[in-house]
Amino acid sequence: MNKSIRILIWLGVAILGALALGTIALHRGEEINAMWLVVAAFCSYALGYRFYSNFISVKVLALDAHRATPAERLEDGRDFVPTNKWVVFGHHFAAIAGPGPLVGPVLAAQFGYLPGTLWILAGAVFGGCVQDFVILLFSVRRDGKSLTEIAREEIGVVGGFVAYVAVIAIIVILLGAGALIVVNALKSSPWGVFTIAMTIPIALLMGLYLRRLRPGKVLEVSVLGFILVMLAIWGGQWVSQNPVVAPWFTLTASTLALVIIIYGFFASALPVWLLLAPRDYLSTFVKLGTIGLLALGIIALRPTLHMPPLTRFIDGTGPIFAGSIFPFAFITIACGAISGFHSLISSGTTPKLIRREPETRMVGYGAMMAESMVAIMATIAACVLQPGTYFAINSPAGVVGQSPEAASATISSWGFPVTAAGMQALAQAVGEQTLFNRTGGAPAFAVGMAHIFSSSLGGQAVMAIWYHFAIMFEALFILTVLDAGTRVGRFMVQDALGHVWKPLGRTSWYPSILATSALIVAAWGSFLWQGVKDPLGGINSLWPLFGICNQLLATVALCLATTIIIKMGKARYLPVTLVPLTWLVAVTFTASWQKMFNPHPRIGFLAHARQLAASAAPSHEISHLIFNDRLDATVTGVLVCMVALILLESAFLWISVLSGRMQARVKESPFVATRFASEEQG
Amino acid sequence: MKRFRQIATTIVAALREIFDESAYSRFLTSRGLSSCPGAYAAFLCEQENRKARRPKCC
Repeated sequence: MNKSIRILIWLGVAILGALALGTIALHRGEEINAMWLVVAAFCSYALGYRFYSNFISVKVLALDAHRATPAERLEDGRDFVPTNKWVVFGHHFAAIAGPGPLVGPVLAAQFGYLPGTLWILAGAVFGGCVQDFVILLFSVRRDGKSLTEIAREEIGVVGGFVAYVAVIAIIVILLGAGALIVVNALKSSPWGVFTIAMTIPIALLMGLYLRRLRPGKVLEVSVLGFILVMLAIWGGQWVSQNPVVAPWFTLTASTLALVIIIYGFFASALPVWLLLAPRDYLSTFVKLGTIGLLALGIIALRPTLHMPPLTRFIDGTGPIFAGSIFPFAFITIACGAISGFHSLISSGTTPKLIRREPETRMVGYGAMMAESMVAIMATIAACVLQPGTYFAINSPAGVVGQSPEAASATISSWGFPVTAAGMQALAQAVGEQTLFNRTGGAPAFAVGMAHIFSSSLGGQAVMAIWYHFAIMFEALFILTVLDAGTRVGRFMVQDALGHVWKPLGRTSWYPSILATSALIVAAWGSFLWQGVKDPLGGINSLWPLFGICNQLLATVALCLATTIIIKMGKARYLPVTLVPLTWLVAVTFTASWQKMFNPHPRIGFLAHARQLAASAAPSHEISHLIFNDRLDATVTGVLVCMVALILLESAFLWISVLSGRMQARVKESPFVATRFASEEQG
Repeated sequence: MKRFRQIATTIVAALREIFDESAYSRFLTSRGLSSCPGAYAAFLCEQENRKARRPKCC
C-alpha cells in the first residue's frame, strides 16, 4: 500500500480514537453510547500495537528473526513444540483470561465509567501489554525459564524468593476472593446452585467419556458437556419453582462456603482426569464462546451507559469498597490493565511454543490487548444498568441497610433512585428471590450481561435464562481456577516441603497429597470464611488484598525487566518499563499503607480492628473478626517489605552497572541460527 | 475461498491445541501408538504433573 495512504489511515485512526476518548472524558450530564468505549478501545489498541509495540520490538528488545527459539532448539514433542503463532495466541489468551477482568471493572464502576475505562486502556497499552511481551521474550531467550528462575539468575536469591512467596500468596488470596464471589452469587439462589451442582456430575461424565469411550476427543466431549450444562440451566428454572425441591438447593452463605471448601479439597486430591481436566475443558469452551457472544451482543445492541462518568464516590466513601480513586481504582482493576499473574503464563507454557522470536510481539502484546478488551466489555455490562440498580446489587447490607426499603432509601439519597418494588420486579425477571446485597461483582455483571443478551436475542421472556447462563459462566470459570489453583499451590508447597523431608515432595505419595491439599484449602478457606462472616461483605477487604498482591507481582516482573534492559546496555530505553514500574510502586505501596494504617475503619484493617475492639462486647465472633483484620494487615505488610527488598537489591544492581562498577552480563542462552529462516528463503 | 479455508484451519488448530487434542496426537506419534483407552490413560498420566503445575490466571 502507498505510504501516504497508510499515513492517512493511521492519522484517521488516531483522530477517531481521540474523538472517542474526548467524548468519554468530556461528556457531562448526558448518557453516552457504549460504542464510544468500544471505538476508543479499538483505536488505542491499534495504535499501541502498530507503533508502541513495534518501537519496543525494534529498539528495546531487538527481536531477531534469525535466532532459534527454545521450541526449535529443545523440541521434544511435549513441552517444546514450534507452533503456529495464531495457535499460540489462542492458547496464551485462553490461559490469561480468567474471571479477574470481569469482576474488577464491575466493582470499580462505583467511581463511574471514566476512571476504569482510562486505566484499562492506558494501563494495558503502556503497562500490561509491555510486561507480558518483554517477560515472554526474556523467557524465550532463556530456554523458557520461569519468572522465579529468571529473577534468581538476573537479580539474586532475594528476587527469586520474593517472586515465589508472592505467587503462593496471590494464589491463596485469589482463591479466597474467587470463592467468595461464587458464594455471593449463589446464596439463596436454588436455580444457580442446582446449575452449578450439575456441572460436577457433567464433568465426571465427561471425564469417563474421554477416558473410556472416545479417548482424546476433547472438542467433541466439550460440545456434549456444553449441551448438558444448557439443559441444567433450563432444569434449574423448574427446580427453583418446585416447592419440594427448591429448599434443598436454597443454601446460606456459610453452608455454601463449607460446601466449596470441601469441594476444593476433593478437586485437589482426586485424579486429574476425573474432574479437573474435563471441567477445565468445559470452562474454556464456555469462556471463549461467551466472550465472543458478549462482544457481538454489545456491537449489535450498542447500549446506552446509564452510569455517570464520575460518581460522588471518587472521594473514597464508596459503598462497594472504601477508598479514593488513587490508589484503589488501580488495584481493583488489575487483570484488564496490568496483572502480575500474566508474567507467570508468559514465562510458563507459552515461551516453549513460540516458533520465531518476532512472534512474541503478537502473542505477548496482542493477547493482553484482547484481555483488556474483555475488561472494557465488563465495564459496559456494569454501566448499562441504572446506577441505583447497580448499587443495590453490589452494596453490602452493613452499608445500605438490611431491609429492601432501607437499602432503597439509602441509595436513592445518594442521587441514584431505586425502589424496592423495582428491584423485586427485576429479581423476578431473572428468577431470583432478591438482588439486594449480592456483593462481589458477579451478580451485577450477570444482570448487565442478561440485559445485553436478552435485548439482542429473545427479549425479556428469556432474561432469567441469560442471567443464569451468565452466573453459570462466572461460577464455572471461578471454580475451575479454584480446582487448578489449589493443585498448583499444592505442588508449590510440596516442592518447598520436599527440601525439608523428601517424601513430602513426592507428588504421587497420597499422605503428602492429602496433607498439602488440606494446607492450601485451609489457607484460602480461612480467607473465604473471613469474607462470609464480614458484615461489610468481605469483598471490601479481600479484593483490594488480591489486587495489591497481583500488582506487587507485576512490580517484581517489571523490576526484573528493567534490570535485564539495563544489563543489555539499553539504558536509554529504561522508561518503557521504569515508568509503569514507578506507577505500580506508587499505587501498591500507597494502597498497602492505606489498607494497613488508614484511620478510617472501612479502609484500614487495623483501624477496623480497633473499632471492633472498642465498640462491641467481647465475643468469639468479634475476636475472630479482629484476628482477621490483623492477619490481613500482616500479610500486606510482609509482602510489601519483601517487594521493597527486591526493589532495593535491583536498584543497587542498576547503579553498579550504570556507574561502570559492575560488568553487565545477561544470562541468555547462546545464539543458534534458526532453520525456519532458511526454509523461508529456500 | 482459499483464505477462508486457511482461517478455518487455523481456528480448528488453535482449538485443538487449547483442548490438548494436538498434544495427544503428538504423544501417539512419538510413542508409535494408536488411540485407545490405555494410550489415553498413559497420556493423561504424563500430562497430569505438567498440566497441574500450570498457573491458571486471574
